[in-house]
Formats: sequence, C-alpha cells, structure tokens
Amino acid sequence: MKLKYAREIEILNYDDKKLIELSEKNLLALNLEEMKKIKEYFSSIGRNPTDCELECIAQTWSEHCFHKTFKADIEYQENKKKENICLLKEIMEVTEKLNYDWCISIFKDNAGIIKLNEKSGVAFKVETHNHPSALEPYGGSGTGIGGVIRDILGAGLGAKPILNIDVFCFGELTYPYEKLPEGVLHPRRIFRGVVSGVRDYGNRMGIPTGNGAIIFDNGYLYNCLVYCGTVGIIPIDKIEKKVNDGDYIVLVGGRTGRDGIHGATFSSVSLKEDIPTSVVQIGNPIIEKKVQDVLLSARDMGLYNSITDCGAGGLSSAIGEMGKDIGAIVYLEKVPLKYQGLAPWEIFLSESQERMVLAVNEKNLEKLISLFDSEDVEAVVIGKFVKTGKLTVYYKDEIVCNLDMEFLHRGVPKRKLKGVFKKREEKSFLYKSKNLKRDILKILSNPNISSKEEIVRQYDHEVGGRTILKPFIGYESRGVSDGVVLKPFYDSYEGIIVACGINPFYGEIDPYYMAGCCIEECIRNIVSCGGNPEKIAILDNFCWGNVSDEKQLGSLVRCVKGCKDYALKYKVPFISGKDSLNNYFKWKNGRIISIPPTLLISGIGIIEDIRKITSTDFKKVGNLIFVLGKTYNELGGSQFYRNHNIKDGIVPKPRPEKTLPLMKKLHYGIKSGIIESCHDCSDGGLIVSICEMMIGGNLGCNVDFSNVLSEKEEIEIVLFSESCGRFVIEVPKEKISEFKDLFENEEISQIGEIIENKKLNGFWKGKKIFEISLNEIYDTWRSLKF
Amino acid sequence: MKKVNVLILRVGGTNCDFETEWAFNLVGAFAERVHINQLIKKEKKLSDYQILVIPGGFSYGDDIAAGKVLANEIRMKLWDDIEKFIEAKKVIVGICNGFQVLVKSGILPFNSQQLCTLEWNDSGRFEDRWVYLKVERSVCPFFKDIPEIIKMPVAHAEGKFLPKNENILNKIEKNKQVILRYCDSKGNIKGYPYNPNGSVGSIAGICSQNGLIIGMMPHPERCVLKYYYPDFLRKKEDDIYTPSFKIFKNMIQYFS
Repeated sequence: MKLKYAREIEILNYDDKKLIELSEKNLLALNLEEMKKIKEYFSSIGRNPTDCELECIAQTWSEHCFHKTFKADIEYQENKKKENICLLKEIMEVTEKLNYDWCISIFKDNAGIIKLNEKSGVAFKVETHNHPSALEPYGGSGTGIGGVIRDILGAGLGAKPILNIDVFCFGELTYPYEKLPEGVLHPRRIFRGVVSGVRDYGNRMGIPTGNGAIIFDNGYLYNCLVYCGTVGIIPIDKIEKKVNDGDYIVLVGGRTGRDGIHGATFSSVSLKEDIPTSVVQIGNPIIEKKVQDVLLSARDMGLYNSITDCGAGGLSSAIGEMGKDIGAIVYLEKVPLKYQGLAPWEIFLSESQERMVLAVNEKNLEKLISLFDSEDVEAVVIGKFVKTGKLTVYYKDEIVCNLDMEFLHRGVPKRKLKGVFKKREEKSFLYKSKNLKRDILKILSNPNISSKEEIVRQYDHEVGGRTILKPFIGYESRGVSDGVVLKPFYDSYEGIIVACGINPFYGEIDPYYMAGCCIEECIRNIVSCGGNPEKIAILDNFCWGNVSDEKQLGSLVRCVKGCKDYALKYKVPFISGKDSLNNYFKWKNGRIISIPPTLLISGIGIIEDIRKITSTDFKKVGNLIFVLGKTYNELGGSQFYRNHNIKDGIVPKPRPEKTLPLMKKLHYGIKSGIIESCHDCSDGGLIVSICEMMIGGNLGCNVDFSNVLSEKEEIEIVLFSESCGRFVIEVPKEKISEFKDLFENEEISQIGEIIENKKLNGFWKGKKIFEISLNEIYDTWRSLKF
Repeated sequence: MKKVNVLILRVGGTNCDFETEWAFNLVGAFAERVHINQLIKKEKKLSDYQILVIPGGFSYGDDIAAGKVLANEIRMKLWDDIEKFIEAKKVIVGICNGFQVLVKSGILPFNSQQLCTLEWNDSGRFEDRWVYLKVERSVCPFFKDIPEIIKMPVAHAEGKFLPKNENILNKIEKNKQVILRYCDSKGNIKGYPYNPNGSVGSIAGICSQNGLIIGMMPHPERCVLKYYYPDFLRKKEDDIYTPSFKIFKNMIQYFS
C-alpha cells in the first residue's frame, strides 16, 4: 500500500513486546490483549492499519470513552467472600428497579433527562477534567466547563443550558513548594488557574454558576480534581434523535487545530513529569456562545435530525458514535482548519473546542447553512452518513481510514479484572476537647469549612434571570445556601433545586458508607431548600486512583455497591454518571501515588412552586430552634478529628429507614410555612450549621446542647459528630403545636431560641459552657485568604 | 393601545437578552431580540422601534476592552440609524455591557467623542454581588415614584466609572445626569464593598442631557419580582413587583 497523506503502521509482523512498545510510544493506552485484537482484525483483512485507523481505534477504545473498567467482569473479594460483578450494571439496576415514569432519557444520550412538566424536560450532566487541569489549570478547567456545556447542547436535539456547577479538590494551599516533584504545579497555582478558567468560560457563556464545593487535602497534590456540571432545559418533543441514511454530516462552530490531540487516551493513563501540554485544548467561549444561540434556533426550526458534541476523540468519536448503526464517509480536507499543516489523523482526532456535529437531511441543508451564516458561525458539510457499516475517511483522493463499525464499537475485548477489599476495623473512640471555643473556631477557619465567598463571587450566579435561591442569601447576603433554586421558565413558578454531596474523608475509612453519606447529603441539601425527597434524581462521578491495583479497584467496587444499596433505599434513580480512573502520579523512581477515593453525587429536584422554599438564615428573634434526627458517636473522618490528626473513629452511617420519612415531613413543613429556616448538618457537625444560620440571619441564639438527642451524652459528639439524617430548623412559637403534630413520634429535640444579642451562648444542662460573639464567628469563618 | 416596540440588540457574546425581553414584555411592551446583522443587512429597521436596549453580556468576548468592539461597530455600521433614533427623542437603554458600549461609543454622557470610561474594578476581577443604590433626582424621567434607596445585583469585571477629567464629572453632576449611586442600606456613600468597583463619585448609572438615554452597571432585569431578592424569605411583602419592575414600566409609560 502506497500512501501520500497517511502513514502505514507496521503491526502484522509485530510480536507481543513490539505491540506493547507501539502502544506506549504512541500514547495509545491500549493493553496487549487489545493490541492483539487489533492485529487479528488487520490480519483478517490482509493489511496493516494506517496511523489514522490506529488512533481512531485507540480513542474509541479508551477508558475515557468506553469505560472499560465499569463494563469489565470483575472478580471481587470482600473479606473471604467472592463474587463477580459489573459496575455499570449495578448502577443501572437502581434506575431500572425504581422505574420512575419521569426518568425519560437515561444512560443513553450525552446527559440524563427527566421530566419537568408535560412540555419540558431537564437534562443534567457532570464531567471531570482532571488531567488537563493539572497540566494547564486555566485552559484545562475552562474547556472542562465548555465540554460539559456542549454535552447539554448535544443532549436530545439540544437542551438550553441554564446552570453550571463546579466542584474542585486541590492539595493544601500552604504546601511547601520545595517538596513538590519536578513538573507538578503548586496547588495555589492550580487553584487560581482553575477558578479563573471556570469563571471566564462560564460567565462568558451567560450561564449562572450556582452550586459547588471545594475540598483541600494533600491527597490531591499531584492530581487535582475538577468536576464541571451543566443543567439544561429541553422541550419533550425534541428529545428523540435519529441519524438517517443519506443525512449530511455538518460540522459547526470552531475551527480545528492541533490542540487537544490524544486527550482521551492521555486522560486514561497516569500523570508523570513529561506529558506534552498539546494534549490540553484551547477554549474560546464566545464561539461556543454563538453556536449555542443559533443552534437552538435551528433545533426549533427542525433543521437537523441528530446532533452530538465533539469532545474526547474529536470527529473520530463524534462521527463514529453517530454513524455506529449505519456507516459514514468523511472528507477531511473539507474541515476548516485554524492553520495548515495538520496530518489527516490529527484533523480526525483533534479535540479542538466549540464544535458540534449535526446530521442534516438534504432538504434542510441550504436553510441550515444560511442560518448559521447569518450569525457568523461556520457550518460545513464534511461527509455523509451512508449505509455501508463502515467508517470511511478520505483525505483528498486517498482513503486514510476504512474500518468496520462493528469492529470499532463492539470489537474491544471485555476486561477481566480483580478487586479486593479488606474492611478496616472502625474503632469507637472519643477525643475530649480541651477548649471547646478554640476547637469550634478552628473548625470554622478550616479551608474545607470556611467561607468561599472570595471565589464564589467571581462567578455570575444570576445571569439568565432564573436564580431564586442564590449561593449567598439572608442578611446582607452573608449566609450560604445548601443548594441552588432555579425558576426555569419566566412565565411559571415551577422550580428545580440542584445540590451535591462529597466527602472523600469517609472513603478512606469505608467507601461503602461514603457512598451512602454522599447520596444522603445531596438529598438532604435539596430537601433543606424545600425540595421533595420523592422527586430527586442523582448523578454519580467516580474519581479513583490506579485501578490496575487490586485494592484500589476493590475500594471502587465497594463504593459502587454502596451507591446501589443506598440509592435504592432512598429511592433516588441515577440518571447519568461518569468515571475518571487512573488519577495517580508516577514518580521517576516508580513510586505511585493515587488520589483519595472520591465520589461526587450531584442531585436535581423538581418542585411545584419556588415561592414555597426556605433558606438557612435565622429569621426572627424569639423563634425556637430544633434539631431533626439523632446524633451518634460518628466522629470518624470528621473535621474535628482531622484537626487533631485522629484517624480512628466510626464513620457516619446513613439510616434511610429513619431519614426518608423524616425528610418527607420536613418537606411538608417547609411547603406549608411551619419551618422558617432549615440547614442540614454535615461537614464540621451541628455547631457549623448553627454558626452559619446565625451569620445568615445576623442574629444570636441560646442553645442548650445537652438537649440534643444523642447516642451518648458527650458535648464533643453533639457539637462535632457528622452523623447523617439531621437538620437544624427554626419554628415560630405560634406554629409550635402544628410543628409538634407533624413530627410526632420522630426523633426531634428542642435545643434553643433565637435572640437579639449577637452571641452564641452555649449551655450544657443549664450551665453556660461557652460564649462566642457573632462577630468572632463571622470573622473567623471568613479569615481565610485565597 | 398599540404596544411600545422594544429592540433588544444582540451580538456574539450577548447573554442577558432573554431576561431583558421578559422584563419588557412583563410591563406590557412588545420586545424583540434582534441580531446586529439583521440591522446591518436592513432586514429589520431601527425606526420601527421606540426603545433600543443594549443588554448585558460579553459582546465579542470583551476583547480589547469591555464593549469596545460593539461600540465601534455601532459607530461604523449603524451610526445613521442611531443618530436618527436619538434625534427622534426615542429611548436607549444600556445595562452592564450595554452601558460600557454607550460610554465607549461616546453616546453617553454628551453624544460626542468618548469622554468617560468603565475601567477594571478596583478588586481586579469579576464580582457578582447585590448593592444598594441611591436614586438621584436626575433629568431622567424613568425613576419617577421609585423609592430613594433600592437594591439590585451587579455582575461585572469592568464597571469602575471614570470620567476623563474633573470638568466632565462636574458637568455630569451639574446637569443632573447621575441617575444611580452606590450606597449603604441607609443611603450613605461608602467604600468597598458598597461601592463594588471603585467608581468615581460612586456613580452606578448616568443618562444623557435630555434624560432619555440611560446606562447603568446594575441589572434591573434580574429582579423584577421580589422572589429574586436574596433576602425575600426574610420579608413578608405583599407586592410582588419591585422598583426594577417600575423602572421598566416608566419607560413604557413615557410613550403613552
């Protein structure tokens, strides 16, 4: 075979050793079995692959695109018990079993879609952009948010993005620079770059950023985590999409360059010192904004039949996916380029941003192109979907890729993996505080608890005119919200609530309970704002370390089992999810450092009326303070213990059988106006919730902590335990009897009263044990400078 | 009665067009989002409208400086139409990025060459926060019956109002062209964060000499109903319509 533009890659005569070398040298991230499968395919058609073909297969088969670990057969051993498990099946089983009719497009499109009302649906997707953000924080995080927005634009026939969320995990900002290995950026540099990147892309897209979290822990020194999520609204009749034989392939939006080549495969391997930064894409939000504007008009005019975004794997992935059941012919020389000099395989694989691929019927083609042209967006025909069952790619007169769709999409050998989990014994242990006030203030000033105002203010929270409950609420907007409440439509009071749950510190003790705690925290946050616990859907995002290590994989399996069990018990379906594995760093001497096992649960709740919500700020002097739910000696992984470097203790255990009925009553209480403020208890414990409610209300309170219903009468447990299933609420005196009727037989405790004097007066059995002024609380909570 | 026609101008990077359209429709106008290319190609005529709005966003990415590219485009490609629009005593509203465009094209404050600017915030970055605004007794007719102190959100990186020199500032003040000033909850002029960007004279918005062209950094379109206030759950007000709603209403009523 004589090639002008592509290159032939020798594999037919390669032995195992050479095959593996080839994979490593070209950053293909394929293992021997997969390389042998490729060799076998090309032997059967009697030729070597081209560079374009090999790259195309590697991207399609990458962990990032194909989720080989989640689809693998895993032999899992927990203590002495063995079983075989497929992670993806476990997760999907939850949604299948719950079988809600309002889950309308699940696990098949770019994002999960649930029903909002008879006419509209909501699409929600959360992605990670960890590896790029570690190498080039500004570009990596910006294109992270840009990418997930395109997922929403490519969900169904295109949803309109109305909200972004961001969750980050970084190393501690004070880490000594000298201790970092060469090639690793300092956490402060990563942090600043990531925040700026997300800010500049999100704000320029005109999408409000309304919810998120930031976690600091040195487990993320070498591999930061950047989760970006987008919510969109879509008419129900625009969800179905179908590529037809004969449809034109139209590429719209940005031009193609050499940026982001190998993104999908690179993110499927470990980080090390010498990764080229060309794997990171370069974003331009204004191009994406223009694409969005005109695309949604084209959708409403019915000008295309199917759409997908160009993300990981670029055109190869987008067209390969869309034409999976038909076949496609592509002419690469028609692709508009940023600059000349790209090899055909680079054009096909480039992950340049702001591009979408449409399937357009001939009769609409002219209209579509001129519509895009009218708003200065490039739209170019680059090929056709044709019933050949093949992915055929030309560059000028040369065929540079000709693969069977069947092989490309179903040829990847199923992985057989092993996972082992050994349960660490949880030791009941109680550390006594030597100075309560000092311990409380130390928790409030911890970066994981303290105010993130300096960062969050840099995001536009309310562009679009939909944000009702904002990140900052209450007196002079000083308080913080548990979640964000949006009013998606201008002419209706229907609402959606979005919140999240994340706590890697529990995962270090037991990922199973971490999963339960994260799911519950997410639900609690939504319900605390006024959400209905029976109308919540969730998304999972797993970020794990080196899963070729049996123990790491074992902890992932253990976490997935927790996700399944608790999602079923709380009756919340998974509607979408994503995994980012291999978040580990390889030192020159071969030492491998994995991130802490990290699960992010994001949730979306639907409510009938945004006027019937509540916020976390204390409202009125004289109102009574209650705690809903019981407190247990569960200080394992708590902020209190971490402040004292204590690794022991019991990790919080969710108790859905108690909490779910309690949350249903709470929802009713908020809706009917019995409850005037509500804040869930999570990181830092009950004391943090109370302090934040005081800040938001600019009011003080008297609290007798011995009245808190607790497993043990110990002040440390009451103040700092992070037990699930608890809320602090405020009830006006005149509504007390209604309140008590509602919560009859539930585990509740009346703990205090809101007072004019701006102080937190802490009592134990009537005796004053500490006093902290609101000023001191507020200043300490805001003391951290980023 | 025939509805007042409102043209909401959009370009690449405009992003407050939908909520602005909604706000005008809510007060009884007929608002329409129009792409600048439609005006340039004469597919739409500016003379068919009574109010021109340049809404918030990042026109052309705010490359060079916020609003600068669109300001030049208006000067170079639409100037004849705009001049006639102004001569006909019609209304022009610039919010946030729109204010930046009006100032950088020189339309505000005196319809001349550029005499003022909106510079980077003193904090050096984009900030979203709610501010108190003192409604000044200005020549602008749209603030009639508005409470003396109102609240609105600001969300910008380049919002520091800066006149070229003292004389220009004095002239703006003397002509009563200042419509809004940043203040605290009692109406006192204070520094950051009450004045969120370091604006000279705490100026948040100004108008033309006849009061019919207004530009402001705060976003009234984001809070036409009380549910958009960050503390709406703390107050039990019956009226769901806010002063911002009333400002839009006043603009429409000007034409009745």
